[in-house]
Order: sequence, then structure tokens, then C-alpha cells
Amino acid sequence: MNRDIILKTIGLGKYFHEPQKFKALDDISFEVSKGEFLTIVGKSGCGKSTMLYCLSTMDTDYEGELYIGNEKATGKSTDKLATLRNENIGFVFQFHYLLPEFSCLKNVMIPALKLGKYSEEEVESRAYQKLEMLGLKDQALKEASKLSGGQQQRVAIARALINDPAIIMGDEPTGNLDSKNAQIVFDIFKQLSHDFGQSIIAVTHDNDFAKASDRTIEMADGKIIDHHKIFEL
Amino acid sequence: MKLSVNYEIASTHILTRKKQTLVAAMGVTIGIALYIFSNSIVSGFGVYSKSNMFKSAPHLRIYNKDKVSQPLFTSGNNVVVIRNPKITTLTNNIVNPFTLLKDVKTEVYITFAAPQVNVDMFYINGKSQLKGVGNGVNILEADAMFNIQSTMLAGNLETLTSDLNAIVIGSGVAEKLNVGIDDNLTVSSAQGVRKIMRIVGIFSTSNKGVDESKSYIHISTAQQLAQQSSDYVTDIYASVSNPDEAEIYATQLQEITTYDVEDWKAANADQLAQDNMLGTMTPLISFSIMLVAAFGIYNILNMTITQKMNDIAILKANGFKGKDIIRIFVSEAFIMGFIGTLLGLTIGFILVSIMQTVYIGPPIGYFPIFHDPNVYATGAVFGLVVSLGAGYFPARKASRIDPIEIFRK
Ligand SMILES: Nc1ncnc2c1ncn2[C@@H]1O[C@H](COP(=O)(O)OP(=O)(O)O)[C@@H](O)[C@H]1O
Ligand SMILES: [Mg+2]
Repeated sequence: MNRDIILKTIGLGKYFHEPQKFKALDDISFEVSKGEFLTIVGKSGCGKSTMLYCLSTMDTDYEGELYIGNEKATGKSTDKLATLRNENIGFVFQFHYLLPEFSCLKNVMIPALKLGKYSEEEVESRAYQKLEMLGLKDQALKEASKLSGGQQQRVAIARALINDPAIIMGDEPTGNLDSKNAQIVFDIFKQLSHDFGQSIIAVTHDNDFAKASDRTIEMADGKIIDHHKIFEL
Repeated sequence: MKLSVNYEIASTHILTRKKQTLVAAMGVTIGIALYIFSNSIVSGFGVYSKSNMFKSAPHLRIYNKDKVSQPLFTSGNNVVVIRNPKITTLTNNIVNPFTLLKDVKTEVYITFAAPQVNVDMFYINGKSQLKGVGNGVNILEADAMFNIQSTMLAGNLETLTSDLNAIVIGSGVAEKLNVGIDDNLTVSSAQGVRKIMRIVGIFSTSNKGVDESKSYIHISTAQQLAQQSSDYVTDIYASVSNPDEAEIYATQLQEITTYDVEDWKAANADQLAQDNMLGTMTPLISFSIMLVAAFGIYNILNMTITQKMNDIAILKANGFKGKDIIRIFVSEAFIMGFIGTLLGLTIGFILVSIMQTVYIGPPIGYFPIFHDPNVYATGAVFGLVVSLGAGYFPARKASRIDPIEIFRK
């Protein structure tokens, strides 16, 4: 596979059978390069989240093929996919999904403790680095539930970054934030992709957010209808 | 070794939900405490009941069983039948008893053996008469076998070693004939020999039938009452190294003698059947108790999991496998079960200790209950296994949560 391609789909399709049979994704083929900041837009219900869940490897019930890095993800066991996510993908959702009884620091550390690549002390210092980068170093030891919405979302981003994943996926990551906090998150994504070479795939309905990204995929009725602003190195 | 992140998550859940943990643990505590208590009672009762049997029944008994008359000959194709066959009661003694006794003693599994002369007789005080059996023994040997000393209410056993006119009677005999220590008691054997004896001791087993009929006398006195010589012996009693296997030894011993060999289990079959019924009821009761205890853990864990769907979803998104999720929640069940079991063992221990100090009075004495290591060991294993089982099913349900379902909401 091309050295620069970090994620690739070939003819992705997906059906829902309830309440009636319905094709939610239809022949989705595209590539994401290393360091690219990609946004996905489209009307509500057009299949953006459904596609992202397929890309995330959490949904395996699709047709077509998915490649992450140089590996074919399609057809792997759920345990193998869990390890693949742990190493390669960070997630940011509309809701932060922090574990309420743990400190911010612990929340950030958990995926790295699972990975087991570094000792606990190293993981802790790395978690501090990520929190510092997001302007939250002084909140590290607070319980996650005690922070404001914008802060919680930034902790969730720090958690997504802890294993230095090649890809960061976001499903409306700024959906719950005011414009000031949304701008902060946007700047972080920009920095991650351009300075650290991590690829961002973010679903959004914020047009300003989309316009400022490297490339925008527009969807309608489960199909890709347009690639704006083709990414240039 | 460092605990894995799964256990860290489990212990944090436990520590931040102390109340639920305690509620779940409490169910196990009550279950285990009840388990320890009821099984200790059954176990204590079993030991008591057995020791009671050994107060009157030897491990093995060799005797001359009553035989029904048999035809003296068989003849070709004809069947020989005796009309109205009778029990042949001419002799019920063992011929050449001391040779047999010597042979019995050489068997490796026999720890002790002694001859005995049982003689049917009446106890007579004035106009009152009571039918009974005099056990002619060497009292020291008999005491070694049946621990008669522990059943003595009054008087002194040792007198029987030398005094041929001494008799030790059951409390029921004493009561019915209104006699006491140092009183005279006339005995009359079936052979018509009368003898005036002096009461030197009174015993009480918890068996009314025994207390109202049995007495101990010197073996020579018994032979005299039976109008027999000094090689007249009716029974040979033997102790074995492992009484629980007495029936096996009985069949082995049967091979060296033509007389009947009876083990204590056969002699006490009725009582043992009752004890066994109790023994089969307790596991059933214990099992139901533990089911209730397990239900507590099951419920609390189910509740936790319902509240933590979001957490489980994000953990799975971040690379936790199904088996990691199972480990997290089974660990929580184990911690709850461990706390509950430990408390349950402690409370059970205290209950049993208290019961041990309860004095019921003779012939039972203190409440027959004791700390049986087996009961505690099975209780501990039971508590932990049941907790793990109760945790596994909710944990498996949690491991099957589809994170996408959660994120879509
Ligand atoms: N679990 C499901 N079962 C049936 N239909 C679903 C399910 N999830 C989503 N859909 C349908 O699939 C379509 C795409 O949904 P989604 O990907 O959530 O849209 P978007 O994220 O673009 O708003 C919608 O019509 C939605 O109703
Ligand atoms: Mg959506």
C-alpha cells in the first residue's frame, strides 16, 4: 500500500434490517493520508456516524474492505480489532465519556495502561504532557466529573492522544461546545495533524470547522457526493 | 507484581461504591455464617451420636447368633422340610473363646479385643422386678472400649475389678427399683441362680432402653449366674483402628471364624439412617442459603453494569477486550464475595463458640457442636465459588455490550 495512506476503504456498504431493510452506506471508497485533517459533512441521517463506526473497527457488519495502516482490518477477530484500536485509533465523541470516579489523569492513563508499552511512571508523565498540551495540567488530579464541559472534552482529547495513535476519529467532537471551546479543539486538531503527522477524521455539521480543514467529504443518503479541497502536501 | 489496569478499575468501582459492596457482601456473610452454624450442628450431632453408639456398641462384635433348626441331611432329589422349625437356643456361647480371641488379636486392624459374658437376668428389690442384661466384663477393658467412666453419674467403677458382688447399674434401673449407691440389689438369672449384689455405681447413657436394662458385673460373677465354667464366653468385642471402615474389617474377620461378626454400623442401622437423612438435608439447605446470597451479588453487579454502560462502551472503544470487561466485573464479585466470606466465617466461628458454652445437662453435657475445619474450609470455598459464579453472568452480559449502541444515543 502507498506509504502515505493511513486509512483506506474499498466499496464500503452497510444495511440496517430494522425496522425495514435499508442501505445506510453505499459504495464508500476513499483514502486518508498521513497527517491529513479530514472532515465529513452532510445532512442529519445521511450516514456519517454509521460510516465512522465502520472506520473505527467497532462495527464489523459491513461489505467491502477497510485498511488501517498497512493492515486489512476487515475480517479480523474482535479481540485483534480491540488491540488495533488501542494502538492506532483515538476517539473523541460529542459526549466526553470520562469515567466519573477516576481523576482526569487516570482517565487519560487508562488506554496506555491497557496498551502496556510503558511503565506506569512513564504513562503518568506522558499523561501529564498531554494534559499540559491541552492546558489542563492544573486539573490533572481533580475528579473528571468536577470539570466544566469544555475542560472535560479536552480531557477526552488527551485520552485519545495518550497512545500517539496514527488516527484520531471524532463524531461531532465540538457539538456540545461553545464557539470559544470549539475553536480551541479545532486548533488542537490542526496542530496534531500538521505538527505531529497524526490523521484526523472528524464528523461535523459546523461549516467553519469543515472549511478550515484540509479536505471535506460531503455525504448524502449513504453515498459520498463530493470531495472538496483535495489535500496537498 | 503490579496489578493490571482491569483490577485497578474493579477496585476503584468497589471503593467508590462501598455501600453496595457491603450490601452484596452482607448476603454472602449471612449465608456463610448460617452455613457454618448449621453444618457445625450437624457435624457435632454426628460425632455425638456416633460416640453415643460407641458407648454401648463395640466396633466389631463376634457372637453366636440364634439359629433356626436345619435339616440334618439332604437326600437326592427330595426336599427335606422341618415343620415348625424352632430356634436352637441350647447354647449361645463361643466354643474355645480364648483361642479365637488370640486369633482376633493377631489381625493387624484390631487394636483391642476382650471377651464378655452377657447373661439375661431380673433385678429384684422387694416386690419390684425388672428384666435386664448383666454384662460380665473385665471392667478396665470395657472402660477402655466404651469409656464407661464418662457416663458415670455416681459411684466408682474400679470396685468391679476385685469385688465379685459389686454391680454397676443404669440410671433407669436405679430409678425404677428405687435403689441407690451402696444399696443391695438381688439379681436372678434365667438359669435360676440368685445373688445379692451391692450397687457400687450408676451410669447414664442417653439411651433410655440401655439405662433401664443394662448392668456391669465381674465376668466371673456372670459365668456363675449362667452356671457355667470360666471358659464360657458369649461375645468377643473388638476395636479397630478406623471405625468408619468397620464393615470392611467385619468381612475380613468373618473369614477366620464361623461365628457371626457384626459391625457397629449394622448394629445401629436405624440410628445411622436417621443421621444420614439429616446429613442429606443440610447440603440442600446450605445450597438454598447460598443461592440467596449469590442473588445479592448478582443483583448489585447487574445494577452497577446498567449504570456503567457508558464506561464499558468507552473502554471497549479504547481497546479493552470482552475478556477484560469480564475480568473487571468478576473481580468486583470476587472482592464482594471475599469480604462476605471472611465476615461470614468470623460470625459463624463466634456463633459456634457461643453454642459450645451452652450447657444442656446430663447425659448430653455441653451442646454437641465443635469447630470442624472441614466445615470452615468448604464454607470458604463455597462462598468464593458462588460469588464468582454470581459475578460471571452479569460480567458476561457486560462484555457483550455493543459500544456503538451506546454511542448512537
Ligand atoms: N441501529 C440502527 N438501526 C436502524 N437504522 C439505523 C441505526 N442507526 C442508524 N440508523 C439509520 O441510518 C441512517 C444514518 O444514521 P447516522 O449514521 O446516525 O446519520 P448521521 O450521523 O449522518 O446523522 C439514519 O437514517 C438512521 O435512522
Ligand atoms: Mg451522527
